[in-house]
This record gives sequence, C-alpha cells and structure tokens, in this order.
Amino acid sequence: MDKTLHLADLGNHLEDGMTIGIGGWGSRRKPMALVRALLRTDVKDLTVVSFGGPDVGLLCAAGKVRRVVYGFVSLDSIALDPHFRAAREQHGLPVTEYDEGMFVAALRAGASRLSFLPTRAGLASDVLAMNPELRTVASPYDDDVYVAVPGLRLDLALLHLNRADTAGNAQYLGPDPYFDDLLAAAADRCVLSVEKIVPTAELTATAPPQTLLLSRMFVDAVVEAPNGAHFTSCVPDYPRDEVFQKHYVDAAANADSWRAFTGTFLSGDEADYQEAVRSLHAARVPAEVPA
Amino acid sequence: MSPTGTVTRAETCVIACSDAWRGSGEVLAHAVGTVPTIGARLARLTHSPDLVLTDGEAFLLSDPWSEQPTREGWLPFSRVFDVLNAGRRHSMMGASQIDRYGNQNISRIGDWDRPKRQLIGARGAPGNTVNHRTDYWVARHSTRIFVEAVDVVCGVGYDRARAHPDPSLRFHDLGVVVTDLAVLSYDAEGRLEIRTLHPGVSVDEVRAATGFPLAGPVDGITRPPTDEELRLIREVLDPGGARDREVPG
Repeated sequence: MDKTLHLADLGNHLEDGMTIGIGGWGSRRKPMALVRALLRTDVKDLTVVSFGGPDVGLLCAAGKVRRVVYGFVSLDSIALDPHFRAAREQHGLPVTEYDEGMFVAALRAGASRLSFLPTRAGLASDVLAMNPELRTVASPYDDDVYVAVPGLRLDLALLHLNRADTAGNAQYLGPDPYFDDLLAAAADRCVLSVEKIVPTAELTATAPPQTLLLSRMFVDAVVEAPNGAHFTSCVPDYPRDEVFQKHYVDAAANADSWRAFTGTFLSGDEADYQEAVRSLHAARVPAEVPA
Repeated sequence: MSPTGTVTRAETCVIACSDAWRGSGEVLAHAVGTVPTIGARLARLTHSPDLVLTDGEAFLLSDPWSEQPTREGWLPFSRVFDVLNAGRRHSMMGASQIDRYGNQNISRIGDWDRPKRQLIGARGAPGNTVNHRTDYWVARHSTRIFVEAVDVVCGVGYDRARAHPDPSLRFHDLGVVVTDLAVLSYDAEGRLEIRTLHPGVSVDEVRAATGFPLAGPVDGITRPPTDEELRLIREVLDPGGARDREVPG
C-alpha cells in the first residue's frame, strides 16, 4: 500500500489533547519538518514524549504543549533549550521528568502492552517524589523492591529517518537508531518523514539489511521531506546546523527577536523555511568560508 | 622526578580524574566534561589498559586520540542502558548541586513545579548511581554547587542508599568528587571529606568554597603527573588545550 503523505496533510493525523512521541535524541535526527508542519495547525494541549531537543522548545514556544514527558531536554552542543526553560520558569509548564532508563522502560512497557516494567533506576531518588503517581513493586522471588514504571502508550509517533519506501519500510544510515523503533511500537499511529523515498530494492542495494529499522507494520504514513531534520543532525546526509541552532537560541532572548525569527522562518510553508535557511547562510558566506 | 613547577591546575585535575578509574577493570568509562574525558583516556593509556572508551556517540574506540580511530564496538544509546544495568560501567558525571552525602542535582533549581532555573533533567543520574560506580566532576568548586541540601536528588547519595530498607541498592557505589581545588572522597559515614588538595590550594580555600563542613585532607596533596603522563596529555590527548578552557589558569 502506498502510504505517501504530503507534509501539508499532517493535520489529518492530529487531534487536540493527543500524546505524541517524537523520535531522535537531543538535537539529533529530529522530525523537524513534521514539527514545523504541526506548528502550522491549530492543534493544541499536546502531551509531548521526547528524548528532548528543539522539538520540545519549538512546541513550547508556540503554546502547543500541556505536558512534557522526558529524561532530559538539551540541544547537545548548547546545553539547554531556552523555550523549554522559559515555559518551565515563567509558566510552570507541567512535566513528567524521569531518569532516562525509566523513560525507556515506560516506552518498552507501552510497546509490549504491559502496564509496567520494573527498574532499579529511580529508587531513593526524588524522581519518585516528583512523580507521586509512581509505585514500587516487591519482587515475588526475593527481597528486592523495584520502581514499577507505568507503560506509556502514544497516540502518535513522529519520526525522521534517512530513507524509506512508499510502504513505510524505513532505514537509518547514521551511527545510532536512537529509540525510533521503540516509539513506533509504542504508538497507535506513526507518521514518518525521510530524506528520500526510494524503491524497496534500493534500500539495501548499498547498505546492509540491519539498517532497516522500521517495518511497514509500524508505519502509517510516509512524508518525503529533504533536509527534514534541519537544524538537527541527520548523519550521513548532513550534520547539525550549528550556525542556525545558535541563531535559534539567540532569537529566544526576547519577544522582539523571537517575533523576527518566527516571521522569517516559521510563517510560511516548508519550502519557505528551507529557502530562508539558505538565505541566512548565503548572507554569512563571506565570513564563514571554511579553510 | 616530576616537572611539578610547570604543571597547570587543569593537568592536575586530569591526573585526579585518571586516578578515579584506576582499578575499575574492563568497564565502560562514561565521562561527562572535557577534563574527565581526557582523564579516562589517560587512564586507558597508562594504568588501566582494559578500560573501554567511547566517542561520546555510538562507537567504542580503541584509540580515540588517533586521527583515524579504530572502532572496537557499537554502543548506540539503546544499548547503554543494557550496559549500565549489567554494571559494566563507571561514570564521572557533572553536578549542578551536591550535598555532603553525595546527593547530586542536575534537574532544576528552586521550586519543583515552577523552578527558578530549569536544568537539563535527571538524565541517567538516578539509574547510574544505583547500578555502578559513580564519581562527579566539578570544574568550579563553589558554595553554589556544594550546598547543605540539594533541591532535587537525581544521583543518590550515601545517606539515602544506607537508609534504604531493602537490598535493591546493593550496587550503589560513589567514589570521588574531583574539583578544580581538590579531590573529595567519602568517610566511613558516607560523608564527603577532603582526600587531597591540589598543589597550591589551602584547606581554608576549599572549606570557604563548600557549603557544609569538610574534614581532611586525609591524604595530603594530589599527586603530580609523571613525565610520561604530562607528555601524553600535552602531545597526544589534548594538544589543542581544551582542558585549559574548562579549568583556566
């Protein structure tokens, strides 16, 4: 079945109040074109589940978020995302902050349709106190007591990979799959974007079959979105755009500079965005020619 | 003989970090920060050849200091949790706050619901500290970081681990806290004390920069690098001087 979706039609998969899992890790291989498409819709009150990066920041800045579930939010080369910080510090945005291992356990439980999975991670830490709904479970075999991390199901997963066919068989070509396969398995629906849609046989023509991360069983729609992880990395297609990432962070300094940023980069469609990025770099070229 | 007179504070810190991994065996050295990363690599090149090093991304490297490093393994983030759950790991993490029992905070400062400052999040600190040896690196020893009580316990300290009512925390193991002024370790009661002072640092200086009482030093002065260690730091591991940007002077 051909699952090709136009980016502009992402809204057909969205509803207010959804729990949305976002792939990638920090500022790496984030489905940024899908996030930008989401920003163009009226959808709101989202619970965002993420190995958090600028996806979380942009959605917070746009007021789309009711709660963030995460183990960390970071831009990697810049430690903290300014919009996530502002949402927390100025507006007290509700969060569910877990230890990363607990976060993974929650998704593994959700993907396996289990109500919880036990972890040692979290014991004796304030993660339990900060999330008072969490319970522990006594081992039926010995004297151990574990954190019973509740299974986390997602209404929708948004992912970005390097290649896929039109049926949704998808491939990562970089060093790390992150947790994209787990997010897809924990989600009722999955919308995937890729750098390039190719015929199925082409996927393994030059890459080993182990790069086929997602089976079409777990994918509902495929969007071709070249440069669709920008400004996060999508190795080997491109590295993180550090110049742009810094521009994003600097623009968050005050309301005026952020208004200018959204006017330049987020007021049009994806083609307008990519053109504005090219213009930003073109304007900088004389000073930035690499040796 | 050691060229002590020419050793920078950053180089002393590298040596202290390197020594933290001494005797850890064939485990993954997880280092957060420039100085701990150089320290782990120095340990691997000198006293701890079995240590396993990463590129900070998805690969295990036999020789990360080389221009074309050799990949000896693949460790994507998903498998890091399998390694730490198995206990084959020794971390040196950062700390935004740390108290006298080694409770560590990297989550937030102030109110939990509407913090004065939202930080990166608990990351792996709760899980690391109950699964394998964990040390901390503090590049600026100050009363802002060494506090009477942390605002959020991410990394679990000795008081909580020892008060825990069941045996589930039997893998809890805090080692040292290396700072730009000293090496701290834990006494028999699980309280931090000064193990060694870095050359040129006074006890009063360390105590003034610490928000709780600190005994020691129990072991004198942080040892100087050997000539070979100094050569490795300067010529092989950090010829660009990144260590000096983390610990100036």
